[in-house]
Amino acid sequence: MEYLNIIFEETYKILFLLVPVLVSVAMIVWLDRRVWAFVQKRQGPNVVGPFGLLQSLADALKYIFKEIIIPASSNKIIFILAPIITMTLALIAWAVIPFSETYVLANINVGILYIFAVSSLGVYGIIMGGWASNSKYPFLGSIRSAAQMVSYEVSIGIIIINVLLCVGSLNLTDIVIAQENMWFVIPLFPMFVIFFISALAETNRPPFDLPEAEAELVAGYQTEYSGMMYAMFWLGEYANILLMCALGSILFLGGWLSPINLYPFNLIPGAFWLIFKILFLFILFALVKAIVPRYRYDQLMRLGWKIFLPLSLTYVVLTASYLFYFNLLPTI
Amino acid sequence: MIAHAIFFYVFSIIAVISAIMVTVSKNTVHSVFFLILDFISISCLFIMIGAEFLGMIMLIVYVGAVAVLFLFVVMMLNVAQQKNQWFVSKDNSGHIPVGLIISSVIFFELIIVIGGWKYKPELSNASNFQISDSISNTHSLGQILYTDYIHIFQISGMILLIAMIGAIVLTFRQREGVKKQSYIKQISRERSEGIEVLEVPSNKGVNIDD
Repeated sequence: MEYLNIIFEETYKILFLLVPVLVSVAMIVWLDRRVWAFVQKRQGPNVVGPFGLLQSLADALKYIFKEIIIPASSNKIIFILAPIITMTLALIAWAVIPFSETYVLANINVGILYIFAVSSLGVYGIIMGGWASNSKYPFLGSIRSAAQMVSYEVSIGIIIINVLLCVGSLNLTDIVIAQENMWFVIPLFPMFVIFFISALAETNRPPFDLPEAEAELVAGYQTEYSGMMYAMFWLGEYANILLMCALGSILFLGGWLSPINLYPFNLIPGAFWLIFKILFLFILFALVKAIVPRYRYDQLMRLGWKIFLPLSLTYVVLTASYLFYFNLLPTI
Repeated sequence: MIAHAIFFYVFSIIAVISAIMVTVSKNTVHSVFFLILDFISISCLFIMIGAEFLGMIMLIVYVGAVAVLFLFVVMMLNVAQQKNQWFVSKDNSGHIPVGLIISSVIFFELIIVIGGWKYKPELSNASNFQISDSISNTHSLGQILYTDYIHIFQISGMILLIAMIGAIVLTFRQREGVKKQSYIKQISRERSEGIEVLEVPSNKGVNIDD
């Protein structure tokens, strides 16, 4: 009986987190298309519902009722597993995101490592999908994305080390609390810029959307997918983008902390501040998609290995020396 | 503690079965996927005994990076075909006894380690570290690695670096006649070098270099 109670309570908590995430993924797709359209002086989706808000729901309905086609020569088990893995991995990472000091599903000691591990597993959904399709375009797309995501994980890892040096803990709640006096975006501004660009590459967003470059590879790893399975790839991708925005706002923009610690701003609950920050970063993501042209593959690799990696390593040395020299290293 | 035991058995059974499937499955790509499953369940076991840092690092390094490269190589090189050639043709099956020798050596090493741990527990406890419960896993690991074992730690890092550079040097080949993009050259181009306005005499034209 006791176990059952625990299971019910946890299920309730998980649903209370996952349902908002899924709904906001649908909304964020609409926002993405609207921002994209406004930059290009178009209207964007504005027909279904007020301001076209229900467009994503209409799209989801369409995907549900479409037929799922599984290619005859594909590796069926892996073909079906790939979108499931992408979506599951994108959702389980939300377990450790703290929305306020108390509201976090799992307040684990190694929260940042957990997010990093889950986001580095995200590449498997793409590789499996590309390989199992048994077709040229998806395979090329998945090979590209494997190299791309592994490369940019390196620089994200080193950027995270920068933040951890200032915090002295791997716990996400501790990371936010350490920013009470000053958000890390101020002392670590170059790292924030590199993190943002690496997050674009990590989530396969334009200008780094080489895995699905529609001009060369049709749609990359998604070419053979249809119906609900395609929609799951899509959902997973956007959930991942939201996750990267959340990670960026926790690491650099002070998470749930309000920008000004004064009376009227204190009244707004922390979760809203985190959501505002996630939305701010997401609108930046959407603007980049509309503004910047796609990178060539060798330029992408050059940026990752020859520019970001040395820069972030140098910054680690700088941060560590600064903290050590002025005796600011965090104590346990 | 029943739930703990159940989870332990679930993860360990998955780990053992997937380790067997790595060697048994015919398709090499499937083997790599089973290897990944094995890594994941072993890192779950690490987390269950309280070594959360090791478990996460295992996920990040082995599953997130090493296994991706494995998969990459297996997919690109079409290893399945080569494997069939090796096993079918008579003259190339010399690697089977070698494999047997290596695996038996590893097996005996495991027996020695486990036997020592079982019957001479004071040997493995030779190094007495005070690991207090008040500080986290990551902190205690860092305190040991960066104080008592700093030199060994640095040397192992150097060995990895040398191995990496060695691999690059072995496979690197200078290719001739490849067009490269030089950003500095592109950016430092000026209008005067790029554009020249010429008076073109009628019916004669002009000669333009390059």
